[in-house]
Amino acid sequence: MEFLTTMGLEVHCELSTKTKIFCSCSTEFGGEPNTHVCEVCTGMPGSLPVLNEQVVEYAIRTGIATNCTITKYTKFDRKNYFYPDLPKAYQVSQLYLPICQNGHIDIEVNGVKKSIRIKEIHMEEDAGKLIHDPWEDCTLVDYNRCGVPLLEIVSEPDFESGEEVIAYLTKLKSILQYIGVSDCKMEQGSLRADVNISVRPVGQKELGTRTEMKNINSFKAIARAIEGERQRQIDVIEDGGKVIQETRRWDDTKGISYAMRSKENAQDYRYFPEPDLVPIEISDEWIERVKNSLPELPEEKKARYIAEYGLPEYDVDIITGSKYLVRIFEGALEVCGEAKEVSNWIMGEVLRLASETSTDEENIKFAPENLGKLIVLIKKKVINRNTAKEVFEKMFSENFDPEQYIKDNGLEMVNDDGAVLSVVKSVIEANPKAVAEYKGGSAKVKGFFVGQCMKQLKGKADPATVNKIIAEELDKL
Amino acid sequence: MDLSKLTALEAGKLIKNKEISVAEITKAALDNIYKTDKNYKAFVTVCHDEALKQAEEVQKKIDDGTLTSPLAGVPMAVKDNMCTKGILTTASSKILTGFKPFYTATAVEKLEKAGGVLLGKLNMDEFAMGSTTETSYYGPTLNPWGENRVPGGSSGGSAVAVATEQAYYTLGSDTGGSIRQPCSFCGITGIKPTYGTVSRYGLLAYASSLDQIGPMGKNVEDVAEVLSVISGHDPKDSTSFNNESLKFNLENNVKGRKIGIPVEYFGKGLDADVKARVLDAAKKLESMGAVIEEFNMPELEYAIPTYYIIACAEASSNLSRYDGVKYGYCTPEFEDLTDLYCKSRSEGFGMEVKRRIMIGAFVLSSGYYDAYYKKALQVKAVIKNSFDRAFEKYDAILSPTAPTTALKMGENLSDPLKMYLGDIYTVSVNLAGLPSMVVPCGFDSNGLPVGLQLTGKAFSENTLMNIAYSYQQETDFHLKRPVLKKEMEA
Repeated sequence: MEFLTTMGLEVHCELSTKTKIFCSCSTEFGGEPNTHVCEVCTGMPGSLPVLNEQVVEYAIRTGIATNCTITKYTKFDRKNYFYPDLPKAYQVSQLYLPICQNGHIDIEVNGVKKSIRIKEIHMEEDAGKLIHDPWEDCTLVDYNRCGVPLLEIVSEPDFESGEEVIAYLTKLKSILQYIGVSDCKMEQGSLRADVNISVRPVGQKELGTRTEMKNINSFKAIARAIEGERQRQIDVIEDGGKVIQETRRWDDTKGISYAMRSKENAQDYRYFPEPDLVPIEISDEWIERVKNSLPELPEEKKARYIAEYGLPEYDVDIITGSKYLVRIFEGALEVCGEAKEVSNWIMGEVLRLASETSTDEENIKFAPENLGKLIVLIKKKVINRNTAKEVFEKMFSENFDPEQYIKDNGLEMVNDDGAVLSVVKSVIEANPKAVAEYKGGSAKVKGFFVGQCMKQLKGKADPATVNKIIAEELDKL
Repeated sequence: MDLSKLTALEAGKLIKNKEISVAEITKAALDNIYKTDKNYKAFVTVCHDEALKQAEEVQKKIDDGTLTSPLAGVPMAVKDNMCTKGILTTASSKILTGFKPFYTATAVEKLEKAGGVLLGKLNMDEFAMGSTTETSYYGPTLNPWGENRVPGGSSGGSAVAVATEQAYYTLGSDTGGSIRQPCSFCGITGIKPTYGTVSRYGLLAYASSLDQIGPMGKNVEDVAEVLSVISGHDPKDSTSFNNESLKFNLENNVKGRKIGIPVEYFGKGLDADVKARVLDAAKKLESMGAVIEEFNMPELEYAIPTYYIIACAEASSNLSRYDGVKYGYCTPEFEDLTDLYCKSRSEGFGMEVKRRIMIGAFVLSSGYYDAYYKKALQVKAVIKNSFDRAFEKYDAILSPTAPTTALKMGENLSDPLKMYLGDIYTVSVNLAGLPSMVVPCGFDSNGLPVGLQLTGKAFSENTLMNIAYSYQQETDFHLKRPVLKKEMEA
């Protein structure tokens, strides 16, 4: 039997505001446990929330960038459940009037374009973190993450393959980074995805029973979780069983999922409007102001790079897919004006070195204008390409001004043809055997001369000039 | 001179004129508490050392001229559901055993900034759920006006502390009548301000959309002064109105004031003595020049069920944080997390609180939300509209505060439905978010006080205070004091 897969995504994204959603505690990741806390985010008796306006601004930004309608009268609701990481025993979230609704993100998989609908985006507070201490056999609670603002981005069940899911997440991540609302560091949990997944035999119209996969925190893990769960559901059906509607936890190290709770045991969250916060009214002017403040989005950038600079689509896809690569591209381009050249450097040396040194794109150290300067130096023939690559490799990890570095280390090319000529002459004189071979018709030997000359010139000459002079001198003989 | 007989403003004047020091009046107040409170149990905690230290600091600031409030140096006390930094805050519940907040409620902080000296924390119904102060984990508070009578609730301790002259004024909180009904039962003056007038920051929430802190005192002048100090916008409370603090201009003049009497409030279930005293008060106001008119407000019939649905729903969520993990009472033995929650909450909460949590969880549960909670919100809007219509015609609505005078201890505790019905005249005011004031208007045949309730439109506190002030200028009910049982000095 052949099966079709249908999936929907719930993505939780931590916003990169300086302070928490309802208090002025820092949102910084990695502080000593329970140091970024106050009576509000730990839900102490009598404390009250005050909404951080930046969160609303970021939510509107995200809504506009994902083609959503902004809900002009939006409210918070309480989601009630008991758990030690939730100190108030309710999460302030949005159920009835989420801030963004009915958007979409366009993706492309293997050349096929598709639009994924976004049902809604809502604002909410994050919970704390539980850490199990196996030595003491107890569970410790860290409330630092409590109250960090989150957006939950809920898609419609529009995905039919894992590739579509990954394409969507890649696109979503790049949008969120572009508009500056989140750093989307999956390893720190600032981007998390839950996948709703169901399968049905080809030909069956109605969707199969879905399960929800939680706790997935890398793109690779998501791909594996989807494949694992799809296969599990197919096996259940082929064995004559029925898929149960339930929430499952994906264990990526073991490559299997576990049932967490079934629909029968589903929690009743007893949602109701949060009485401690007043409704938010979003004016047209506010939406317009946010719209005008949005930077160029990946899609627009991609089109412009192709039209304006004539760059290949493949390269542009990779560069515009990351706001950090875009920063390098645009910074270097501004200095040197050579789009194709900058693009080649990024696709080549930058990505090679990033991969070899396991540096995340956001942690690349060198200043983009220094790459621009390097390209200018090549163009002006101050250095040759090989020297430039060596300089860049150092610059990648140390970030310095290449002009200064080249001067300090005396790496300028020898542009004096006379100097090159005298080296060529001495090399020819010292190698009569090779000259004889050349005369005998072996063109290969020319490479030997070039190598010898460059060695003597310490690599600082323009290879084309050296080539030309050698050819002239040999032909004179 | 018996200092305890003074009003808050009289005491403040003596302090200002250096006729008495803050330390002297504070010591006298503390001594009085030790002599008096054994018999009335208004206090859960007496802040002896803190009060004396505070008295010294306040005195210094009065002396160097930085403190000029008419309340500077005047000893007071607050209901035990308001957070006080480093001082036990229990909401009269076992579940908050040992809880000392590291922050102070905005209203209390404002009083302290004005030079108020905190004598202690006052008893109440557990988490403000009740109207007799009998649901307190620390035992009931007693009404000084009669043998074995409840002081009303939930701010029973706040009312008795004033009625027994242990504190010059107090703060209470009012979710469905918890300031007004004890004022009525104890023969004192108090006001539930417009929702959003006084910050709720640091008030242990019962029902967030209805809770409001307000002052309780010996007369209108004192209450007005305290409210002017504690009111005003608080950036820490999103539901607090963006208003300046209230200012009052008290004048004995009700000429031409239009006062409405809702006929529905004088029907079945209202004690005859209470009815007579309240109507006497209406006549008195009429004789002073006010225009009294009867009118109909049939929507009030739905106020009690609406109130209990909304209040319990919010309470069930607000009280979920008390789980035995982070602070307060924790059960000594448990199997796992669920067991820890169940036992701590079962052992830590009293009957009435559990009943309201159950009601609240029920009305919010899926499948019932629309039938109960959503409907209640709709009725709430209807009730608010009917008040709005009434205030197109009237400056204030006059009514009884409660159907009876102070009940006997234990009378209502066994019959919650009867207790809920006692809130009939007060809860609609909270649903509509309106200001409402209570002043003494006489006594029943048992010598128990009766309170007159005056309700106004949002932010009409000044109008209400003026009517109440005028009434007190022409009557002496607010000057009557109960005969107290005091321990002789050792």
